[in-house]
Amino acid sequence: MRIEDFPVELTPVPGAMPVWRGTVNGAHWRTLAQQVRSKGGRLVALWGVDRTDAGAGFEVHAAMTARAGLVWLTLPVPVEQPECPDIADIFPSANRMQRAMFDMLGVRAVGGDDYRPWLRHAAWPTHAFPLRKSFPAAATHPNGQDDYPFVQVGGDGVHEIAVGPVHAGTIEPGHFRFSVIGERVLRLEERLGYTHKGIEKRFESMKMLDGVQLAGRVSGDSTVAYAWAYCMAAEGAAFFTVPERALWLRALLLERERIANHLGDLGFLGNDAGLAFGLAQFSRLKEDVLRLNRAAFGHRYLMDVIVPGGVACDIDNEATRGLRTQIQTLRDEVALLKAIFDEHPGLQDRLIAAGRVTPELADRLGLCGLAGRASGLSWDLRVQFPPVPYDALDVRMATHRNGDVAARVTVRFEEVLESLDLCSAIVDRLPRGDIRGDLPAPLEGSVGLGWVEGWRGEVLVALEVGPDGSLRRVHAHDPSWHNWPLLEHAVIGNIVPDFPLINKSFNLSYSGADL
Amino acid sequence: MYRILKKIAAIGIVTEPAPETDEALRIAQQRLGDAVLQWFAGALTIRHVDAGSCNGCELEINALNNPYYNLEGLGIRFVASPRHADMLLVTGPVSRHMEIALKRTYDATPEPKLVVALGDCGCAGGIFGESYASLGRVSNVIPVDIAVPGCPPSPTAIMQGILTAIELRGKA
Repeated sequence: MRIEDFPVELTPVPGAMPVWRGTVNGAHWRTLAQQVRSKGGRLVALWGVDRTDAGAGFEVHAAMTARAGLVWLTLPVPVEQPECPDIADIFPSANRMQRAMFDMLGVRAVGGDDYRPWLRHAAWPTHAFPLRKSFPAAATHPNGQDDYPFVQVGGDGVHEIAVGPVHAGTIEPGHFRFSVIGERVLRLEERLGYTHKGIEKRFESMKMLDGVQLAGRVSGDSTVAYAWAYCMAAEGAAFFTVPERALWLRALLLERERIANHLGDLGFLGNDAGLAFGLAQFSRLKEDVLRLNRAAFGHRYLMDVIVPGGVACDIDNEATRGLRTQIQTLRDEVALLKAIFDEHPGLQDRLIAAGRVTPELADRLGLCGLAGRASGLSWDLRVQFPPVPYDALDVRMATHRNGDVAARVTVRFEEVLESLDLCSAIVDRLPRGDIRGDLPAPLEGSVGLGWVEGWRGEVLVALEVGPDGSLRRVHAHDPSWHNWPLLEHAVIGNIVPDFPLINKSFNLSYSGADL
Repeated sequence: MYRILKKIAAIGIVTEPAPETDEALRIAQQRLGDAVLQWFAGALTIRHVDAGSCNGCELEINALNNPYYNLEGLGIRFVASPRHADMLLVTGPVSRHMEIALKRTYDATPEPKLVVALGDCGCAGGIFGESYASLGRVSNVIPVDIAVPGCPPSPTAIMQGILTAIELRGKA
């Protein structure tokens, strides 16, 4: 949808990404969502804000894609009647976000048929809403009864397998309820929220400059993407232009985060299909990347390297040499391992046709990121709306149409190789200059939005500044919100023992979506 | 198959000790091996519980099993059930939504059991602290033998934490 076709007044939001902002009334909320959807747009995030401390009421915010960028719509909601129209029939991914918005802020999306809690289990009562300003962050409530109404599947021979929250491997906690006949999965229902630790409320007790550390720990495996998105939002709110060298270094960090995670996933995917050789080789290569991260940037996972105003450290000649050597080594090793994976019949037998998400389904339900690209959705922010330095790097997007585990493996391989090329180009063309500037104090009420293509998909951070450099509201949005529901579809008809493989092929974040 | 074997042969064994590159790790590995032999008859089993972490600590726990650290080569293995475990390795500030699951996992682990809390969050609540949703440090919820700080702690630090926990219990 074109910006000029929106029936509301939109103003550009200052910052690195093309974002427009406008206020909508309740009557237009659904119509606008329908228009965006009919023109091929997607819902990127939906969240609620309490602005009663600023003399206003509640607000529902939605970020949707348009042809020229992101449209950030705000729907004011009266405190006396905290409701908004449900849009989950238009954007199915809105279902969980709207339920979370009610759990956290008490603004109900009415008109749908799913009013079950999402992030709230039993840690706080149904009439208390943590993101309301009147809710003290330290308030504790006795643990209540938690009986979540899972959808029951009836019929001869159907039984349930309940898995989690503590899983069998070293992964994050969540609950999966399988309804199966024999070994075949009829239905999977996810229950998340176990790692909810009050991140959004915690932001509101921090200063804008300090919030980046918390942003970098929303989902540890995507710390670079979150820190960059947060800084992008903060720098936009402060009308600050980041030194160019810092932006190039940020891209180098983001690509190294992508490489490390993809290498790890490729190893686990081999292992989950019985190829322990793959895990041994890829986890060795990942460790090499982490060790060089530590040597060149001071942290194995690059936490706290991106800071508001730029980056915390520069690379010296020795680090540059190390990076160049590693890029070349990795290119050769990954190419060989790809050939071994591709031509291994036992492995391919497990990967091909497992956990399939067709392009039609992916489009209808709003799959995004790496998994989206493996299901034919050509969307990569580094290509669609490339910020500096991606505008000068000509990123080649990896896409595939099969939508199965094999496709998600292939996309990872292609993205690792592309990221290595990007790292090489960045190191060669790194502009000289400062790596950090001082962010001026932002004014109360300023807003900013960061939008970054992390290794898993689009990470979005929206923030509003409060009095004295504090944060009135920060919403950090993980691509996993959109992709978890697709996992439920991907496993239908597969056998239970393939679930770990299919799950790993998405490798979604629990912490990032539980907040 | 030929290429797999060729690759395996070409890479060889990368497992450290490699004294000149990572001295701290080498010592940790040797001492850990001896202690495990002494107190757990050559094998220690660990059940990992993520009680609400950001998943950073999980990355380092997974790294313990890569060929450089090769934890399993020392007889230390991660198991699927707390009923098979000698030790719980707990990450995260304990979210209130994980409180019951963590306590149940602890109860299901047979005595004698060890608990190692990992990371700045597991040690002290970290950046998330205590709130309506977070109970903070692991020892607020279950008894802890050793707390390994770091955000996240390095694989070497985690190995040293495991070792220290084993020695403590041996002296008790």
